[in-house]
Amino acid sequence: MAQATETFYEVIRRQGITRRSFNRFCSLTAASLGLAPAVAPQIAHALETRPRLPIIWMHGLECTCCSESFIRSAHPLAKDVVLSMISLDYDDTIMAAAGHQAEAILDEIRTKYKGGYVLAVEGNPPLNEDGMYCIDGGRPFVEKLKAMAADAQVVVAWGSCASWGCVQAAKPNPTNAVPIDKVIRDKPVIKVPGCPPIAEVMTGVITFITTFGRLPELDRQGRPKMFYSQRIHDKCYRRGHFDAGQFVEEWDDDGARRGYCLYKMGCRGPTTYNACSTVRWNDGVSFPIQSGHGCIGCSEDGFWDNGPFYDRLSNIRQFSIDANADLVGGTVAGVVGAAVVAHAAVTAVTRLTKKR
Amino acid sequence: MSGATETPESGRFRGVVDLAGVRTGRGPTIYVYEAPVRVWHWVNALCVAVLIVTGFLIGSPPPTVTGEASAHFQFGYIRFIHFAAGEVLTVFFLMRIYWAFVGNRHARQIFYLPIWSGTWWKGVIWEAKWYLFLTPEPKKYVAHNPLAHISMFFTVTLGTIGMIISGFALYSEGAGRDSWQAKLFGWVFTIFPNAQDVHTWHHLGMWVIVTFTILHVYAAVREEIMSRQTMIATMISGERQFRDDRDD
Repeated sequence: MAQATETFYEVIRRQGITRRSFNRFCSLTAASLGLAPAVAPQIAHALETRPRLPIIWMHGLECTCCSESFIRSAHPLAKDVVLSMISLDYDDTIMAAAGHQAEAILDEIRTKYKGGYVLAVEGNPPLNEDGMYCIDGGRPFVEKLKAMAADAQVVVAWGSCASWGCVQAAKPNPTNAVPIDKVIRDKPVIKVPGCPPIAEVMTGVITFITTFGRLPELDRQGRPKMFYSQRIHDKCYRRGHFDAGQFVEEWDDDGARRGYCLYKMGCRGPTTYNACSTVRWNDGVSFPIQSGHGCIGCSEDGFWDNGPFYDRLSNIRQFSIDANADLVGGTVAGVVGAAVVAHAAVTAVTRLTKKR
Repeated sequence: MSGATETPESGRFRGVVDLAGVRTGRGPTIYVYEAPVRVWHWVNALCVAVLIVTGFLIGSPPPTVTGEASAHFQFGYIRFIHFAAGEVLTVFFLMRIYWAFVGNRHARQIFYLPIWSGTWWKGVIWEAKWYLFLTPEPKKYVAHNPLAHISMFFTVTLGTIGMIISGFALYSEGAGRDSWQAKLFGWVFTIFPNAQDVHTWHHLGMWVIVTFTILHVYAAVREEIMSRQTMIATMISGERQFRDDRDD
């Protein structure tokens, strides 16, 4: 366990990094968070004076893709975040301690930093059968989550599981998995959705909290505005083809080769709030649309139930058969149209026969 | 039945068919729909027609165009026409709401249902029977008959409000989080966090309006022919003429 009182600056100097590099890091961080250059000294000051932030990272029902994404962060490097910026005191998938030793850390942090630690949650709690579908450390995860949230300063919901429910909460949701803000109601919850969230978005949120000691500005859904205020569509490099009316009609058609818009192939870019089209993935190498596949809207609420992923129109969940708005509405309009014709015919016949 | 009565004496004005001594009669006429209501009706009809066509194309775009992207703005224009028509519809709908306050009492009819009135419910049943061929004759109504009143209230009034709200909410996604559309209609995304759901509901709303249009046009034409009063002409001149002097 790292000493939580050590500041970020002390750690970074201890690692042999120069003052010059440190200042450069502060400027780059300010730029990556979309802040004015004048904020860079503020970041430097904060990192020089603030003690490292204790973070508890818990795992509920999830696939660990959030952790996989996190460790691939390039700016800042995940190792810098974990070893220097924060004090990652508990993370059951990557920590050395195990068993009772690991669980003891939770109690220790809870008492030592009461109201002063960050609770990062990956995955979500299932509520059916008193939470028995996710047992962690010998007790239901939901209990552990509630206990640790009670003394946290702020709760970070990593990924779509913790934010929205994701695949385990998709219809019919047999375990009654719920997003964490359904069980944590008295603490601020920052949602960082995505399946997984972008690595730099995750570390960016951490950097912001450690730097400023407060939450980033959140939108209506509790997501940090700096990464989730625009849609994939708004910054998509294929947007020009969308406005022109140039679409991929089929996989491997000429439009696909020319990199036309994937709207007709079911791309969820127009309804998905995330930073993929600006930050991209794997150190800015690519993102789904750039690789020729539409966005599936993985950072949106209930995206599993808004399929099919390859149709523009979503199926309407209330119907057990696959039916989208056009099929349902078109059928209703067709039936009514036919009824009107029949009614008109009956009217005409009645009228003619009565006159005779 | 046709509003013309045969009289032995000859009229002062004669057309070709009037030579036999037919004179125009004076059926009871009531001024129902004032000019703002009529203008709203037809502007709304035009906007809805444009919105349905463009809206359907937004859900299922036309075949892809070839050539350089910068040479085209096809889908952009389709969306622009949709947004423009939606905004015109909204402005006229607001005017229509204003007119409900200052216009005559028929201007208020589509904004509420008199569910507390027994007479009104009897009228609903009577009109339903008329459409099921169970009564030989409909009753006379100054404005909408009770059955039409129900369909106006749910599909035109509530339907338009729903489409305006969901439409502006969807528009706010492109206009940005700081836009007035987002400030006024962003709450929709509190109810439906995933905008795709709002798209689906907005799209279903289109089909409700398509279905309403089929019924509305059919009922208007049928009533024009079959009922005891004018229908389509009333929405043009504002005046409703009754074809008999009997009660109801």
